[in-house]
Amino acid sequence: MIRYLLRRLFTMTVALWLIITITFAIAHSIPGGPFASEKKLPEAVKKNLEERYHLNDPLWKQYTDYLKNILHGDLGPSFKYEHQTVNSIIKSNFPVSATLGSLSICFSLVVGMLAGVISALRQNRWQDYLAMVLATLSFSVPSFILSGLLMYVFAYQLGWLPPAMWGTWQQAILPTLALSALPTAFIARLMRSSMLEVLQQDYLKTAKAKGLSEYAVIIRHAIRNAILPVVTYIGPLIATVLTGSFVVESIFAVPGLGRWFVQSVSNRDYTVILGVTVFYSAFLMLMNFLVDIAYSWIDPRIKLTDSKEV
Amino acid sequence: MQLSPQMFEPLQHDGTAAEELGRPALGYWQDVWHRLKQNKLAMAGLITIFLLAVMATIGPYLSGYSYDAQDLTRVNQAPNAAHWFGTDSLGRDLFTRVWYGARISLGIGIMTSVICLVVGVIYGGISGYLGGRVDEVMMRIVEILYSIPFLLYVILLMVYMGPGLGSIFTALGLVYWLNLARIVRGQVLVLKEQEYVLAARLLGASTMRILLRHLIPNTMGPIIVTMTLLIPEAIFTEAFLSFLGLGVSAPAASWGVLASDGLQGLRSYPWQLLFPAVFISITMLAFNFVGDGLRDALDPRMRK
Repeated sequence: MIRYLLRRLFTMTVALWLIITITFAIAHSIPGGPFASEKKLPEAVKKNLEERYHLNDPLWKQYTDYLKNILHGDLGPSFKYEHQTVNSIIKSNFPVSATLGSLSICFSLVVGMLAGVISALRQNRWQDYLAMVLATLSFSVPSFILSGLLMYVFAYQLGWLPPAMWGTWQQAILPTLALSALPTAFIARLMRSSMLEVLQQDYLKTAKAKGLSEYAVIIRHAIRNAILPVVTYIGPLIATVLTGSFVVESIFAVPGLGRWFVQSVSNRDYTVILGVTVFYSAFLMLMNFLVDIAYSWIDPRIKLTDSKEV
Repeated sequence: MQLSPQMFEPLQHDGTAAEELGRPALGYWQDVWHRLKQNKLAMAGLITIFLLAVMATIGPYLSGYSYDAQDLTRVNQAPNAAHWFGTDSLGRDLFTRVWYGARISLGIGIMTSVICLVVGVIYGGISGYLGGRVDEVMMRIVEILYSIPFLLYVILLMVYMGPGLGSIFTALGLVYWLNLARIVRGQVLVLKEQEYVLAARLLGASTMRILLRHLIPNTMGPIIVTMTLLIPEAIFTEAFLSFLGLGVSAPAASWGVLASDGLQGLRSYPWQLLFPAVFISITMLAFNFVGDGLRDALDPRMRK
């Protein structure tokens, strides 16, 4: 266990270093540099800017400075917005994304598992077919198209919900739905198949034979074991919601980090792109790590060891 | 009645006749095809893919408009007799553009899949076959790359290389090969211990020959499934990149570009989003059905 954790930590550190180095290399090999734009800057201004952002230091020094700053938790300034740093951008925008993300994760876990359990218990009946058709459909629609359709139907045609912005609970409904459609579908399918497998096990027959009610058998015995594959999916789930948030936040004008990231991509605000990438990567790796630990804690049969996978 | 030996006729035991009573001898791939044919969803998917491919080839010529011909007197028209899918904000015929986009989207899916095949098979094959220290190092590298959130990585690569078809192939290819490499390695690791590999080596076959002629063909099943499922994923990712403005550059258009253009005028001209959306979804469904069907058909445990 300890060895496994150490190895994971080691891999994570190397991966993070790799990401930082790659982002750094990319940032410094983009033709023209960060201040190249249609408008020609006067030579003196350009020089001043480069001076200010240490762009005329030797490359290795810039690299070590960048590493040092990241170790201190400083991701550098924004080149496009003079008074913002990447840190301040993350600080002011990430909470919104985190709220929306948590809402979507909760929604997809609850609805997905519920749908999965119901369709497993009603296998090959209309409830099952309905759930699986819905799941397959949400698998096949990219999130930005789904967001568009949701907005068109519920905001423009029916007028039930506001089409954009953030703040009230009504405004949170559509983005949450759009963001959680794909993971909900995935969890429903996962839960259904693992539930079907568990339902055939002998220990469930035993539980029934000793006189437990149907309800107790399913809640206490079946679901508890069937839930395990869903727990392993939580890591990828967070990643899906995170990348999905780029699209959903942009479309519904939610002032989160995802939207900011998309804007920096179209503004070519390199330090923000790189800083947010590093931040997101570290965040996701940490989450995956925690999920792994949680998994071995939930299911004691899982031993986190160094064993070689085949 | 007297029984005499003449009254009895020994039954001829014929081995070949007994064989014939069994099911006809089928090769592995015939068997797979046989099982795939029974899967209605997979067959529907296959037919859909075929139709999409046909339309991607001839579709752009059917309406008589060019995909980049603008007509500013007829912008944002609803579907009508002249423009079957309507027109976009620059007056371009959407029917032509949808099928032209099909070429690009399907092309991206297939090319990405092929690039991943080449890279993944070589990497995974070498890693699995050589084993030992080399395998350890090569797989550790894969593990590290795996822990990098790949969409962010694709975005970074695209920002670096700039929009365009070439960059999309490269970026997607660079990211998606990992899974294939892992699968190939796992398969090769099992297969290389088999006697026929030993026999081949004994006959003096080189490592490369053993890999390419003996090991890789036997790993084809899982590879094909992974490749089939990779195509819709690549199309999905490309659509996502187009939304970020990192897709193919105008006037060329993939389905993703068309859909994200359609998003702009959603309120007044919903069909501009609807048509590309419908075709993306149909393509996703078709490839996923075929991929799932293939996986079932290739699984020997399903063999009856």
